[in-house]
Amino acid sequence: MTAVSQLIPPRPAPASAKRRITGAKVAAIAVLALWALLAVALVLTVVNGWEEAKFLRYGPRYLHGLWTTISLVVLAVVLGALLSLPVAFARMSNNRVLNTVAYAYVYIFRSTPLLAQLFLIYYGLGSFRPQLETVGLWWFFREAWYCGLLSFVLNTAAYQAEILRGAIQSVPRGQHEGAAALGIPKYIAFRKIILPQALIVALRPYGNEIILMIKGSAVVSIVTVYDLMGETRYAFSRTFDYQTYLWAAIFYLAIVEALRHVLAFLEARLTRHLKR
Amino acid sequence: MSGFFSALFSALDPLCGPIGLFSLFGALVDNGSLIACGDAGWGDEIAFGVKITIGLAIVTLPVGLVIGFLIALAAQSEEKLLRLAAGIYTTIFRGLPELLTLFIIYYGLQILIQAVFAWFGYEERIEINAFFAGVVALSVVFSSYASEVLLSAFRAIPHGQYEAGDALGLHRGRTMRLVILPQLVRIALPGLTNLWLILLKDTSYASAIGLAEILRQTGIAARVSKEAFFFYFIACMLYLTLATISSVGLGFLESWAKRSEVRR
Repeated sequence: MTAVSQLIPPRPAPASAKRRITGAKVAAIAVLALWALLAVALVLTVVNGWEEAKFLRYGPRYLHGLWTTISLVVLAVVLGALLSLPVAFARMSNNRVLNTVAYAYVYIFRSTPLLAQLFLIYYGLGSFRPQLETVGLWWFFREAWYCGLLSFVLNTAAYQAEILRGAIQSVPRGQHEGAAALGIPKYIAFRKIILPQALIVALRPYGNEIILMIKGSAVVSIVTVYDLMGETRYAFSRTFDYQTYLWAAIFYLAIVEALRHVLAFLEARLTRHLKR
Repeated sequence: MSGFFSALFSALDPLCGPIGLFSLFGALVDNGSLIACGDAGWGDEIAFGVKITIGLAIVTLPVGLVIGFLIALAAQSEEKLLRLAAGIYTTIFRGLPELLTLFIIYYGLQILIQAVFAWFGYEERIEINAFFAGVVALSVVFSSYASEVLLSAFRAIPHGQYEAGDALGLHRGRTMRLVILPQLVRIALPGLTNLWLILLKDTSYASAIGLAEILRQTGIAARVSKEAFFFYFIACMLYLTLATISSVGLGFLESWAKRSEVRR
């Protein structure tokens, strides 16, 4: 049997590993340098091209365009959510005809470009002026803003219907059965048991859809609506100044990033009971 | 031989060939002369637009996939700075509207090339090709979304797979090519299918910078013939057909990629 008779004397710490220069590090620094260069170029473009007159002239127009974009998107998302309800239920129903019609609607609007839908509604339906005048709908299809809104609503309703359907069907069957076993009427079970669970699942896709809508809303500028993109194009066509586009990029990035963070916060808050 | 093949292709042309949709439609239907092929109708112009749309999407796909793959690699690297660089890229290009990206790249490249040429003392107005600008802009957008899909696919592959590669004495590149990539493709394919369908739709934005793709060609036809609804309806149907064909094709590809998995 041996016993330790003396302690090991203290030793210096082992030499720290040499920091190697890896290929990844070089690439990272190169790319970051490129980003920094672009950022400097952006700032320089704005600073060098700064003109008080231009700012005073186009600044308020940009803000107005921003307001147009936001109001258009908010209206489209809300109306689209309303329209998506019957579509989603038709999609889930056992009725063959309803199911097929809803499926066709969703399929068509999800697989054609928003721009083509907008053109079809604004230019296409706009060419039926006499008929529309007799029906009394010409005031609606005459305005590019209304046509943009209509195409956005139809488009986002198709996407939102799929989101809603997926979310409702993701709620386990046992939840329905449990509610039925407790004798809860179907409508109340849906409203108080199924929907809350479904909306948590749907939150992230809904957020993505809103962001896609904000980005997609830029297409109305092509049919002469002065949203943020439209004002940008107007300013560019007057000044041929590249920084008009940079300002638009800053605005869009700010909106999308702010929205993304708000949605992430909302999701973390609403799902806090699911965290372990 | 090449003459034979070109004859075969023109005979099997699905839009303007002898049994093409536009030719049949133009011959059979009363109003159909609008999209007849040749001088009378707009069929051949629109068929050209379809080719440009498909070409744009097909050229963009590999470029976007390669850039997206590199960015996904960067985003999961151990090097913090590289992750930061990749994060900046995806944040910017996923936050900008595709239309704005297209304009920024179209005009930005022109300014850049002009500046470089002016540096060498060559002062002239340069206009870059709309197709090229479209490919650059769409692959930038595509790659930033593809990197997210590929990144989540990378995360789905267990770390043991890399270690097994090391244990077999495979070089890092070979581990990636022989062990990781085949699994990565299988996991990422549904996401990439979605991105391809989005890419097909995004090609329509290139009409805004004057590229003669489906929407621009039908737009010209609509303006000249004053049959806007008819032509834009045709444009929508063409996009719908392209999407349907590619989703069927990609469905086959997916089941092919999954052939080694257990059937349930």
